[in-house]
Amino acid sequence: MTTKPLRLKELSRGEDRFTHGHRMCSGCGAPIVVKQVLMATDYPIIASNSTGCLEVSSCISQYTAWKIPWIHTAFENAAATISGVETMYRAWKKKGLIKEEVKFVAFGGDGGTYDIGFQSLSGAMERGHDMMYVCYDNGAYMNTGIQRSSATPFGANTTTCPAGDAIPGKLQQRKDLTRIMAAHGIPYTAQASPGHWMDLMKKVQKAFEIKGPKFMNIIAPCNRGWRSRTDDAIALSKLAVDTCYWPLYEVENGMPRITVKPREKKPLTDFLKPQGRFKHMFAPENQWMLRQAQEYVDAQWDRLQKESAFWAAETATEEKAEEKTDEQ
Amino acid sequence: MGKIVAVTGNEAGAEALRQVNPDVCGAYPITPQTDMMQRFSSFVNDGKVDTELILVESEHSSMSACIGAAAGGGRVVTATSSQGLALMWEMLFIAAGDRLPIVMPVVNRALSAPLNIHGDHSDAMGARDSGWIQLWSENAQEAYDNIIQAFRIAEHMDVRLPVMVCLDGFIISHSIERVEYLDDQTVKKFVGNYKQVNPLLDIKKPKSFGPLVLPDLYHEYKRAQHEVMTKVADVVLDVAADFKKISGREYGLFESYKLKDADVALVILNSAAGTAKDVVDDFRKKGIKAGLLKPRLFRPFPYEEIAKALKNAKAVCVLDRADSFGAYGPLFVEINAATMHLKNRPLMTNKIYGLGGRDFMPDQAEEALSELVDIVKKGKVKTVKEYIGVRE
Repeated sequence: MTTKPLRLKELSRGEDRFTHGHRMCSGCGAPIVVKQVLMATDYPIIASNSTGCLEVSSCISQYTAWKIPWIHTAFENAAATISGVETMYRAWKKKGLIKEEVKFVAFGGDGGTYDIGFQSLSGAMERGHDMMYVCYDNGAYMNTGIQRSSATPFGANTTTCPAGDAIPGKLQQRKDLTRIMAAHGIPYTAQASPGHWMDLMKKVQKAFEIKGPKFMNIIAPCNRGWRSRTDDAIALSKLAVDTCYWPLYEVENGMPRITVKPREKKPLTDFLKPQGRFKHMFAPENQWMLRQAQEYVDAQWDRLQKESAFWAAETATEEKAEEKTDEQ
Repeated sequence: MGKIVAVTGNEAGAEALRQVNPDVCGAYPITPQTDMMQRFSSFVNDGKVDTELILVESEHSSMSACIGAAAGGGRVVTATSSQGLALMWEMLFIAAGDRLPIVMPVVNRALSAPLNIHGDHSDAMGARDSGWIQLWSENAQEAYDNIIQAFRIAEHMDVRLPVMVCLDGFIISHSIERVEYLDDQTVKKFVGNYKQVNPLLDIKKPKSFGPLVLPDLYHEYKRAQHEVMTKVADVVLDVAADFKKISGREYGLFESYKLKDADVALVILNSAAGTAKDVVDDFRKKGIKAGLLKPRLFRPFPYEEIAKALKNAKAVCVLDRADSFGAYGPLFVEINAATMHLKNRPLMTNKIYGLGGRDFMPDQAEEALSELVDIVKKGKVKTVKEYIGVRE
């Protein structure tokens, strides 16, 4: 299939495969992520969904917001479930029961992906199913009421790691799941943000043209959990990128490449300040938390830049060598 | 034509699965089931079946992938034991609630702690309320026959429910027995083609599987599940009648052994029933009217039919190879419930035997029957629940 052009005018006229009428909170980032993923391609898609906000709000009793075949079974197994559907698809193909090229996607929140669903995800990736796993990462268990997950950023105030008098919020850094997934040696891993929709959709398009397991980690602001304004989802998902808190990059065959470099790296506080979950970090006695959070982001960003530059140089050298061979 | 072979229970199970040739199989190793899926994997890799194998990283993922595959639309199998079944527990309810006709041999094994790999029924008894149909098998022949019939039962349009076929770990799974195999074509014809119901892979008619259902409808969903269970026994009998035509072997909801005129009777599941039948014969030789009932369909439980079968017995001992701690054994509870409306209710005892692979010996059946004879004489039960075969 030819990759469809990403022109806003045409995209806006396209059919919504995830419809309005779902019951996600107003201003939620997750449905924007789902829409962008589904809109990026015309391939038929079959999706699985882990238990969570997206699932409980998009398919209630007789109502469904999904115009594609969709399955939810439990919390920790969106990857295993879709791997089963994809396997039956291969059985159907072998029997000639289906001819169409179908793409398989699993949607899970960070709790269902980083934590309880991590084994199921890792297993499905290792088995090499032709599927894409999309994590919409809002950095906590939002569906059950904002509890800490391993995706919760350092310092954040959640209901299970509240900013208390003795312990000021979450004291651990977040798990770097994108790197962990890249370390599985799968053909494609990417990090994206709905604020950079073109970058996100290009990544989805690229992923769908690659056979085998793919993983995309997409930041999805949650105004309930982040204690931010309901109209700030896109602004915050852009600030996450501009502060290098959420770098946009992809890893193909083990080689990371930064896809969007902020023109000017903004201080992390620009991203933290509009969110009530970090409010306590701005108190005079907690300045160390801001410093520690900034240092972590700087270190991560430095490493990513170095790795990205290293592989860019390697690729260039290889290309040059190939040119030379051609000339000879 | 079929053939007569000397095989283990696991081998017979794998052979039944080969003959059925399912679309997708999820497999994860666990003793004593491992050997069955290992053999089936060889069939896949040697091109003897068309099955797509998913070699998952846990039983939880195995059942999740089986649910995805079955929802996708096709014939799906897996097999497990013990801790594996326990890990699947969450997903068992979802397979049944979504009405997916998955077939799963369960090679019965004890549950931890302490760790033990040998045969008892704690695993399957722990899953008895999951909404799965349960068929129990005394030996390798019954396991083979039950697995083949399980597909017809699970996929019947009045049923569409998952089925587990239970056989005893090691005692049956690893012992070599005489088994009569049917020929491939006969099995293929008996099982028939898979009938699709709302396949997820039908991309032209998108469906949503697994919605959130709140108090306004959840209760009705569950009642529907209860209602479909009431239709299962008839289907099991119809399938058994068809199976008799191709095999000559007879199956019912349970087996009655010399029960009709029995004064004292044992109720016992799976492999130990073989040993117990020998002891019943010995008692008959001594002029004591002894009999035995061996349940086959444990879920749904055929209460009325079993009550009829036990209505003439004066005393019954129910032997459980699993315990419900702080309560009576799970089989005892069912037999007690089955007989509650009988005019002359038999007196009943409950013996817990053979946990974690402890051998069930003829003397245990003898003691149980002798005690029943005594109970009939005295008209009184001294101890209802008791562990037997215990090292003191």
